[in-house]
Amino acid sequence: MVGVKLFRTWSSPFALRAVWALKIKGIDYETIFEDLSNKSPSLLQYNPVYKKVPVLVHNGKPIAESLIILEYIDETWKHAPLLPEDPHERATARFWAKFGDDKVLTSIWSVFIKQGKEQEEAMVPALENLKFLEEELKGKKFFGGETIGFVDLALGWLGNLISILEEIVGLKVVDGEKFPLLSAWMQDFADAPIIKDNWPPRDRMIVKFQALRDATIAAAAAAAAAATSK
Amino acid sequence: MAAISLQTETMAEEVKLFGTWASVFSRRIEVALKLKGVQFEYIEENLSNKSPALLKYNPVHKKIPVLVHNGKPVAESLVILEYIDETWKHNPILPTDPYEKAMARFWAKYIDDKLLPAAIKVAMSKGEEQKGVIEEIQKQLKTLESELKEKKFFGGESLGFVDIAANTIVWLVVAQEALGMEILTEEKFPVLHGWYQRLVDDAVFKECMPPREQHLSFVKVRFGSSTPSK
Repeated sequence: MVGVKLFRTWSSPFALRAVWALKIKGIDYETIFEDLSNKSPSLLQYNPVYKKVPVLVHNGKPIAESLIILEYIDETWKHAPLLPEDPHERATARFWAKFGDDKVLTSIWSVFIKQGKEQEEAMVPALENLKFLEEELKGKKFFGGETIGFVDLALGWLGNLISILEEIVGLKVVDGEKFPLLSAWMQDFADAPIIKDNWPPRDRMIVKFQALRDATIAAAAAAAAAATSK
Repeated sequence: MAAISLQTETMAEEVKLFGTWASVFSRRIEVALKLKGVQFEYIEENLSNKSPALLKYNPVHKKIPVLVHNGKPVAESLVILEYIDETWKHNPILPTDPYEKAMARFWAKYIDDKLLPAAIKVAMSKGEEQKGVIEEIQKQLKTLESELKEKKFFGGESLGFVDIAANTIVWLVVAQEALGMEILTEEKFPVLHGWYQRLVDDAVFKECMPPREQHLSFVKVRFGSSTPSK
């Protein structure tokens, strides 16, 4: 089997990373949209360990985990590089991409799925993490410098999902006054060619993430009730 | 009168590693540096009294390990391993083929995302909960075993990126002995057990293991109030 296939869902921000990278490099690929409540046999065959999207399949060989997919794309198609050449700069880029997933995403998600006092408390680490990103942008238009790079793609979900989550919970997380550089970057990234044509439909996202928040809060409440009734 | 003198200074390669003696993460870096024959200065940190240098070099996480190469810091153990491999190119740790590289990154991430948190959880849990985590870990070990197959090491003929990341399994074996658990046994995991023996017998790897008795005591003191599960 020859060619490039990408298994994704319409809403996954992780899958979007691969979409952006493939489009930036001008690579032809076939998209397979998955319904995660009814996973295809192909997905299960290509990602038996996690059974998740995205999965990139190149000449029949599957790669899973979005940041690993980005590095594979960058190493296989060497034009329009996503990562810098210098080893220390590459290490710094990998550091920030990991920080984005391990800390920024998890802390913002925490704010999103909580309410009341718990949500207030969750804001503290979320804002601290965002401050590190603000610092990192000093003197740069994009995290990659003059042009979009690996870290921009890794953090790119902020450019779309933040305003959706803020609308749902009625809270400003990335305040333009507190985070001028980050706010500007989010706008520049979201509006960049290639990027702006690939955002999922906002109204569908609002419905989906509202439902996700409601379900998570309900599950947490049920678990708490079960724990106290023992 | 201004005297202009031109001084050419050849800066010796300066490599420092900030770590702690029982940290699975900082020991990974020692293995990699020793495999490449890189001279380095080791600084043992006291994590309840972190040095100003550590806080300066890793302001985001304030954690070890941090590698400092000619004054420039790199943090996050897997990021550091890739930096080492890209800077000192002999005795490669990662494969050159992009697909093989992606696979190595995948399995190292699997170890850190899945096996490592489970290993910590198993040490901290008791009774029924501990039994459940043991089963979870054994499933993960089976998955790793099927990836190893007939190979001498995950990296092939010699230690590679995944083997270094899989030092986690050595820490797991120490925990199982210190806390009286049965998780990785030769009967249940003949293939993985064979790999484990080769790993701890490897000349470079064994030089970088924490001294066994001290390591056992350390684990007992840190986690040891749970009753052993039968």
